[in-house]
Amino acid sequence: MNTNRIVGKSMPRLEGRGKVTGQALYVDDIVLPGMLFGATVRSRIPRGRITKITFGPGVDWNEFVIVSAKDIPGKNCIALIDDDEPCLADGKVNHPEEPILLLAHPDRRLLPQAVEAVSVEYEPLPAIFSIEESEQHSQIIWGADNVFKSYLIEKGDLDAVWERADYVVEGEYATGAQEQLYIENNGMIAAFDPQQGLTVWGSMQCPYYVHKSLVKLFNLPAERVRVVQTETGGAFGGKEDYPSMIAGHAALLAMKSGRPVKIVYDRMEDMAATTKRHPSRTRHRTAVSKEGKILGGEIEFAIDGGAYETLSPVVLSRGAIHAGGAYSWPSIRIRAKAVATNTPPQGAFRGFGAPQSLFALERHMDRIAQVIQLSPAEIRRRNFIKPGETTTTGQTVTEAIDLGKLLDRAMEISDYSAKKERFAKENRNSTRKKGIGLASFLHGAGFTGSGERFLSSVVGVEGCAEGSVRILVSSTEFGQGTNTVLCQIVAEALKVRYEDVSIARPDTQEVPNSGPTVASRTVMVVGKLVQSAALGIQQTLEASGLLGAIYSPEEFRAAVRAYVAKNGKLQALARYEQPEDIVWDEQKYRGSAYAAFAWAVYVAEVAVDLTSYSVSVDDFVALQEVGRVLNPVLAKGQIIGGIAQGIGFALYEKVIWQEGRMQNGQMTNYIIPTSADLAPIRVYFEELGNVHGAFGAKGIGELPMDGPAPAIINAVEDALGVPFRSIPLLPEDIFDAVANERERERFSPVAGDRR
Amino acid sequence: MRARPAEYELAAPGTLSAVLSLLAQEPGEWLPIAGGTDVMVQYSAGRLPSRKLVSIWNLPELRRIETIGGKICIGAGCTYADLCDHDIVRREFSLLASAARWTGGVANQNRGTIGGNIVNASPAGDSLPALMVYDADLILVSAKGRRSASYSDFHTGYRKTRLAPDELVESISLDRRFSGYYAHARKVGARHAQAISKVCFAALGQLADGVVDDVRLAMGSVAPVPLRLSETERLVKGHRIEPELMRLASRTAAAEIRPIDDIRSTARYRAAVAGNLVAEFLERLSVRGRTI
Amino acid sequence: MIEPPQSHTKCEISFQVNGKLVAVRAYPMERLLDVLREELGLTGTKEGCGEGECGSCSVLMDGVLVNSCLVPALQAKGVNITTVEGLAEDERLHALQQAFLDCGGAQCGICTPGMILAALHLLGKKPQPTMEDIREGLSGNLCRCTGYAQIIEAVAEVGRRGIAG
Repeated sequence: MNTNRIVGKSMPRLEGRGKVTGQALYVDDIVLPGMLFGATVRSRIPRGRITKITFGPGVDWNEFVIVSAKDIPGKNCIALIDDDEPCLADGKVNHPEEPILLLAHPDRRLLPQAVEAVSVEYEPLPAIFSIEESEQHSQIIWGADNVFKSYLIEKGDLDAVWERADYVVEGEYATGAQEQLYIENNGMIAAFDPQQGLTVWGSMQCPYYVHKSLVKLFNLPAERVRVVQTETGGAFGGKEDYPSMIAGHAALLAMKSGRPVKIVYDRMEDMAATTKRHPSRTRHRTAVSKEGKILGGEIEFAIDGGAYETLSPVVLSRGAIHAGGAYSWPSIRIRAKAVATNTPPQGAFRGFGAPQSLFALERHMDRIAQVIQLSPAEIRRRNFIKPGETTTTGQTVTEAIDLGKLLDRAMEISDYSAKKERFAKENRNSTRKKGIGLASFLHGAGFTGSGERFLSSVVGVEGCAEGSVRILVSSTEFGQGTNTVLCQIVAEALKVRYEDVSIARPDTQEVPNSGPTVASRTVMVVGKLVQSAALGIQQTLEASGLLGAIYSPEEFRAAVRAYVAKNGKLQALARYEQPEDIVWDEQKYRGSAYAAFAWAVYVAEVAVDLTSYSVSVDDFVALQEVGRVLNPVLAKGQIIGGIAQGIGFALYEKVIWQEGRMQNGQMTNYIIPTSADLAPIRVYFEELGNVHGAFGAKGIGELPMDGPAPAIINAVEDALGVPFRSIPLLPEDIFDAVANERERERFSPVAGDRR
Repeated sequence: MRARPAEYELAAPGTLSAVLSLLAQEPGEWLPIAGGTDVMVQYSAGRLPSRKLVSIWNLPELRRIETIGGKICIGAGCTYADLCDHDIVRREFSLLASAARWTGGVANQNRGTIGGNIVNASPAGDSLPALMVYDADLILVSAKGRRSASYSDFHTGYRKTRLAPDELVESISLDRRFSGYYAHARKVGARHAQAISKVCFAALGQLADGVVDDVRLAMGSVAPVPLRLSETERLVKGHRIEPELMRLASRTAAAEIRPIDDIRSTARYRAAVAGNLVAEFLERLSVRGRTI
Repeated sequence: MIEPPQSHTKCEISFQVNGKLVAVRAYPMERLLDVLREELGLTGTKEGCGEGECGSCSVLMDGVLVNSCLVPALQAKGVNITTVEGLAEDERLHALQQAFLDCGGAQCGICTPGMILAALHLLGKKPQPTMEDIREGLSGNLCRCTGYAQIIEAVAEVGRRGIAG
């Protein structure tokens, strides 16, 4: 029961009015006096040495500012985890679209032709484009062996289980690249002043990531670099690290020209050149007893990171840790690796490795079910992790989660059993085959392991002269509700009105580093810190005698006014401290990987039209346990939006590669669902609370990305009896499988799965 | 936006005769632009070869629908929305109305024109199969006068038509004799709206005493030009619709078309779907086709 | 021998925007989208794709929904354009804007102006649209954040309340 006044209610979106009136300012809406426009000359080949650059005729090059790697004052890199990605190519290129030169001019319309007029000659080198090619080592393009990072997660005594297993079930699963497709393309404005330093404004998730990379690129002291987030039109991870690149580019042009410079990509450039979800390949080998209990398993998880390391080690980490899902594994060995190919570096996209490994696992569970001849629900029920048991990294589940009951409830809401039976009958005489499938999963919120401790986030809350309270965080709003929910938390904590709280624009000059806006951490981790800092203000006011133990919102405002008038400033900071019960061993990759897990069961009902081989999702039930719903409208919006992206991941969104370059970089040919393509999605929440999250909340931003794809493909297999193992699953793929009888696999235990 | 507007001329003389004079003076030099839903996409991508354009948007001579005698005359400048909204088009030429509703989204339907669809001559044009089965005649106009051309052989190759460099399509003329037919259209694309078709199908059929008296089948996106499936029609005409005929018709249709692999789909998928759509139509015709 | 491209001159184009008469000097082939954003400073209309697929650039032209990224400036001569900036009356939001706020129809907000205009256009043709009508009417406007559900709710809500309410 919700006893709070503000938390738990659908308070209106804080910055909503600007968005519905068109007054909100996104980076391309902003013009600075004397501003130039910038553009990027990019590699047309996947790998090679640059032998010559010619500035062609028909362009007055004197009017252009031209920047190359030689103009970089500091280190030519986009600093992230390691510094291997160049800001500008210096003599060699390792992927199509790699940035080589930058141009700027006052007339935006002259730039595309100028970019075309720069001709770059190369000595091509052989290039590799897939995980398999990378593994074969025919070309070593990164490090000693093309491997950015690898992890080994082990638990129990795996080698002993194969002997006593009644079944050994194998499967290989694959997921493709996915483009984040935020509707606002990447953009930045930079201005450089020899005294003040460098300022950038733009579309981004992580101001301090951009700050850190600019400091290194320009060799400037931290206080002479300022990064400001503008209203951001969608991100989903696609603006976690790439903004550092485009900011660096705009800043270099600004420095060289002495004028502000704006770079905004058009859709074709953004799609072809920026990060996408890592393609993946997962191999499962699972030992199962005839009672349907998992005894142990081996999982090989590989992701394609593109040409440079960027965030791949972290995506790999999350994917590897989630590879065992919501089940109890008495023993397991997870071998995970991120490999290099000559494609534009991949990056963060909602879910961050978990959608990939969970797709494989949830498909594999259905396969195990078939081999053992149990239902998909029953195989899961018998293996769900229970309170007191440990995850694949040895983390004990301490909360009272009952996945069996969650499954029951999801099945009841979706009418799963009755529909499954009915579809099986009706399909015999129909060219529209129906199926129903489910996925059960979890998603860890916050940074992995020691990550939050390493981030050591700081937040501030301050009193304003007129009595209101302002939140100071570097956490950004890009549609998910950061502004609104953080203000709700403070208003609730201080017992003031929602209208009495505001939040500062993320500007590194004004706000402390509360960490990046990623990993579903903002409400849970940052929110809890913000709650602390707010209470800090309250304590200061009480201690000063200006505020009693019980007060009205008006009295609070008066106290703030009085304090600020007398002392000039009222501010409290709060810094993250790792809770004692979260212990992680980075070397062995064991321990408490996440402060909290959210849990879910999703059910997808599909119809496959055998005239066109298209799949439609006719009903979708999403049931999740999320700690606490702090804002019902926003929470529901997050879940539905994530599911829509998951449906795209499963059925629509294919990146067509040729020689490492995306061929379908236009909205006409990269297909996401329209409003006419999505049936109603039914969303239900359960709340177990969370001691580590603000008001009991867990992170939910990425959870909805994990379940849709496997639930849908499980449903398609239910409809057609064909086991699809890779996504996206397009009508053309369904046709090829249905048409070719020889590719249909049989699942009788006799055919090799039984020991 | 990869084009430089300063390099382009756009003339808007405002009347059909003034436009035709311009085209006559410099044939092949001026690219007519109506609603721009194709031309402007190429332009923005920096891929429009023409630097001189002449606007034929909203010319009253081209944007009207009239019924004369037993015919309907649809101005080439009519938008898809104009077609969807017109009572007679909806009632008597439902294949055209359906195609109009499936082309792009609402905003593009308000600007894209039937004339543009024809002259652009993409084999994926959604309205084109409908025009084929309705036996459309085109009225072509130039400064020299008018001529009529049957739509059935108006396309001569991939994005090529019989339109002369100084000509415009003025209107499309259709006989009002198809109300008695069973009409069926289907577009298969990557999603339910805003999709370039992978296969686009328009069909009319009529039964007499349970036997196929007339059948007209046309398909888009399965050849360099929109295609009338004449062999399949010949196969079916005069016969009862039975499972074996449907199977044979499917196979014939799949063999009659010339689909390709492209960025959107595969040849074998298109062939299979084409066959399925024909079978689906015949099945429905057998159930719902009226006997004359 | 390739001729260097000519540079033509701008011309004066006048039309109405949100009830006000404006006159701009623009190249005839400038996109209406750029004229609105850059000449007139009306940045509420957005560019998402430049190919008429996403609908973020939607405006009403003589009451009819169009993608302004596909309209040459010269073809806007003498027309009546409505952009998102023309919907609210001073401080009072249009019913659609209020409904989007109430129902969670705007998340990141970049598709919102175009989406609201598409909804306005739909409600003009069908004041009490069915769910199917709404889905079809908005199918030319892409949203990546919401999955459309709360947008559709907002439009349905206005259909129920009435657009003046």
